[in-house]
Amino acid sequence: MNQRNARRPAAVTSWVLPALFLMLLLGVWQLAASTGFLADRLGLEEFLVPAPVEIAEVLWKDRSLIADNAWVTLIEVVVGFLIALVLGLATATLLHLSDLLRRASYPLVVASQTIPIIVIAPVLVVWFGYGIGPKLAVVALICFFPITVNTLDGLQSVDRDKVKMMRTLWASRRQVFTRVEVPTALPYAFSGAKIAVAVAVIGAIFGEWAGADRGLGYLMLQDNAQLMTARLFASVFVLSAIAISLFALVAVLERRLLRWR
Amino acid sequence: MTATLSGRRLGHSFGSVTALDGFDFEVSGGKTVAVVGPSGCGKSTLLELVCGLREPDTGLIEVAGQTPAPGRLAHCAYMPQQDCLLPWYSAIDNASLALRNQGSSRPSARRQAGDLFREFGLAGFERSLPHELSGGMRQRVAFLRTFLSGKDVLLLDEPFAALDAITRAELQEWLLPALADGSRTVLLVTHDVEEALYLADSVLVMSARPGRVLERIESPRDPSRSRSEQVTAVGFTSLRERILGLLTSPAPATDRPLAGRNSSRSSDPTGPIGPTGPIGGKG
Repeated sequence: MNQRNARRPAAVTSWVLPALFLMLLLGVWQLAASTGFLADRLGLEEFLVPAPVEIAEVLWKDRSLIADNAWVTLIEVVVGFLIALVLGLATATLLHLSDLLRRASYPLVVASQTIPIIVIAPVLVVWFGYGIGPKLAVVALICFFPITVNTLDGLQSVDRDKVKMMRTLWASRRQVFTRVEVPTALPYAFSGAKIAVAVAVIGAIFGEWAGADRGLGYLMLQDNAQLMTARLFASVFVLSAIAISLFALVAVLERRLLRWR
Repeated sequence: MTATLSGRRLGHSFGSVTALDGFDFEVSGGKTVAVVGPSGCGKSTLLELVCGLREPDTGLIEVAGQTPAPGRLAHCAYMPQQDCLLPWYSAIDNASLALRNQGSSRPSARRQAGDLFREFGLAGFERSLPHELSGGMRQRVAFLRTFLSGKDVLLLDEPFAALDAITRAELQEWLLPALADGSRTVLLVTHDVEEALYLADSVLVMSARPGRVLERIESPRDPSRSRSEQVTAVGFTSLRERILGLLTSPAPATDRPLAGRNSSRSSDPTGPIGPTGPIGGKG
């Protein structure tokens, strides 16, 4: 969505600043929790309000349990995202090439985003069982919209003058598509993919909550029921790390592929 | 034998806006004809009609004997106002687009374009991306790209409009030999009267919308003299003033005979230079 050629801040400041800010937040949290201040104010037992250090300890102690479940969720996120990527790019291309199809089905694409995931996920479990199927469906559903809409916007935003120029240079419709329209749409598609990959983890968790026997979402439900708040937070931390890593991966790919920007 | 161009009684409208009405023109093979007119008079539309990107509502266009749009398109290379370089391709890949579109492999297309890079004063910038080039260089790449299409008709839409005055003069001087050697038939649209007189064999002066030809003026073009010598010659400047006079005088009512407008130069200085509505997207 952001198409401006904004100057990037120097590499150092781009990660030093967020890191410092994060450390500050963690420090405040550590102080507030370890002194019992937070639990006191909330009127809770102290073990329900874990401090960052406790979370880190649990993360280390239960690392193999968390890693096993994180692996399950990671697969769900990546495969679901890839399914949405293929379907989204194909849909955007089809809708771009056919005016009729676009006018007929664009509302449906929008409708796909209005489906309340929490409601649909249990239905998918009923349909597809406890396996990976419903999770992939939920992740793909949640990723489909930003990818499709952004890519379609990109394809439609092509500069008409460039197309005219290409047509007078012997270009076929296919060559106009591959040499002008696709490169024009690529930055948009990447914007969509970055949004999609960030929300994909939420989709995976919803999918697991509706019915699963493994995965980070499943583990969170278990820990919540057993009041193991510290490990719950550890799972949240790992989940964020997965989302941030995937986002960064897409961003790196984007910079590699869009060197002209 | 280079292609000839002609258009008879061309008319074209966009919705309720009439861009062209009863427009006649002819360019004989190997000649350059410039069209000057106020902004919004349908100049860009004219080029799109001629090269076959659009069909006129009325009238007939012939390019090298071809009247159907695909036949015209096969002869015409169109250079839009912006350089329209593709930002994702290097200069040489932009220049060789026509070759690639016709099925040449990338290495062979680059080889063909590479020789011309030196001729065009672009040596050393083959692998630069468009945003790394100056405005003048981008325009040279755009010309190179147009020339490499191998087409015998060039349709140039304000090719230097985006450049500063110094670069513009430089490029005009650089382009003139390519236009004057008679190997291509050129229709050049511009609102720069000096550019029209300097580059073209003859100049068509266009009225404000709906665009029609007010007068055809033969240019005193003399490629053997330098640009500054030419544009300051008395014959040149008087013609320039005359054309400017035609452009700034109020458009004659359609039922009034075109004759007599020469005397109307000083008549209404407040008269509109031309409506500036969106015609054909730009112009």
